[in-house]
Amino acid sequence: MWDRNQMAARAAQELQDGWYVNLGIGIPTLVSNYIPEGIEVTLQSENGMLGMGPFPVEGDEDADLINAGKQTITELPQTSYFDSAQSFAMIRGGKIAMAILGAMEVAENGDLANWMIPGKLVKGMGGAMDLVAGVGRVVVVMDHTNKHGVSKLLKDCTLPLTGKAVVDRIITNLGVLDVVKGGLKIIETADGVTEAELRAATEATIVD
Amino acid sequence: MKKIYTNATEALDGLLHDGMFIAAGGFGLCGIPELLLDAIKDAGTKNLTFASNNAGVDDFGIGILLQTKQVKKMISSYVGENAEFMRQYLSGELELEFNPQGTLAERMRAGGAGIPGFYTKTGVGTVIAEGKDHRDFNGETYIMEEGMIADLAIIKAWKADATGNLVFRKTARNFNAPAATCGKVCVVEVEEIVPVGSLDPDTIHLPGIYVHRIIQGTHEKRIEQRTTRPAA
Repeated sequence: MWDRNQMAARAAQELQDGWYVNLGIGIPTLVSNYIPEGIEVTLQSENGMLGMGPFPVEGDEDADLINAGKQTITELPQTSYFDSAQSFAMIRGGKIAMAILGAMEVAENGDLANWMIPGKLVKGMGGAMDLVAGVGRVVVVMDHTNKHGVSKLLKDCTLPLTGKAVVDRIITNLGVLDVVKGGLKIIETADGVTEAELRAATEATIVD
Repeated sequence: MKKIYTNATEALDGLLHDGMFIAAGGFGLCGIPELLLDAIKDAGTKNLTFASNNAGVDDFGIGILLQTKQVKKMISSYVGENAEFMRQYLSGELELEFNPQGTLAERMRAGGAGIPGFYTKTGVGTVIAEGKDHRDFNGETYIMEEGMIADLAIIKAWKADATGNLVFRKTARNFNAPAATCGKVCVVEVEEIVPVGSLDPDTIHLPGIYVHRIIQGTHEKRIEQRTTRPAA
């Protein structure tokens, strides 16, 4: 079974040289620590930046330089800044090759739910709906089951959707699955996880 | 043509009325028009509708206008950092219209550009699409979103000249540029007013045609999440 960092490392294998990529909050943010040698990717932050650098050292924090999670960050030699309309023009326009984001539920047809739980505090979708509708490829990184052991890979999402049929690949603590015609296809299993275990933890239809 | 005013209260004189619609720049607490928000609080203008990506925190940003119950409705993409906001929303005192972040930015940009509506894939098949016009282009379904025109835009920039040409700084540009364009009147607060001619015309981010009133002031520029790495 993979831990958070191993899931992030596996997700980093999805990156290709020259890509512009948007990383969501949580485990997806860790992906930037595992970018493979020889691969150059440019990270987009949807509040208006391409070429996002690491956190600043103490004392170098700049209130005018934050990421989409409102954390202080730094710029790189190739960094560019732009306004929010331009930022989402490049997202909506398909210029961002891939988004890696977390999820509450994914359905076997690629439906994604990650922004609200009815009856609970609703904070908003932020840029998630724009990202999943606009980027070239959507990769979800999440635990395979919730804290009660129930599968988060479902036949149909029960929560309000962030996007309809938008997910391409799902990386969980148990393995990697692709959304294909008719359901999910197992691409690989995590270290120490058998295919039978992965199948047993999955509600969604698994196709061969 | 006089665009420079001495302070935020003077810059807003004659522009505020109860029930008005204000577009505000900023992302989180980054690049928010903090001085103008303070002046609106002092003016006591009520029943305001704000288009703003976020709603500030309890004691900074739009949050200060929630404390005084001056806000009737928020049009935002994310409001998670504000306890008073949640209290008022859950008790029904405050209306909330969620717009996906890119849709909100484009509604401002389009409104300012004379485009009353546009089609986007964002939100298709979600609650956001309910009741909206759907149309297929090249085999894909899109929904119509409307351009937004605000009674007033309040924004923050780094530098201005007296004609209103603006330069923003780093990620503090965010919603400030699109918000400025969608206001019938736009008031900007800056850290520095520089002499006309000292800004390189090729590096102006927002031309002065969009800016009607300017103030210079001292900004707190609060950091919402201070994250650092160990020094090497």
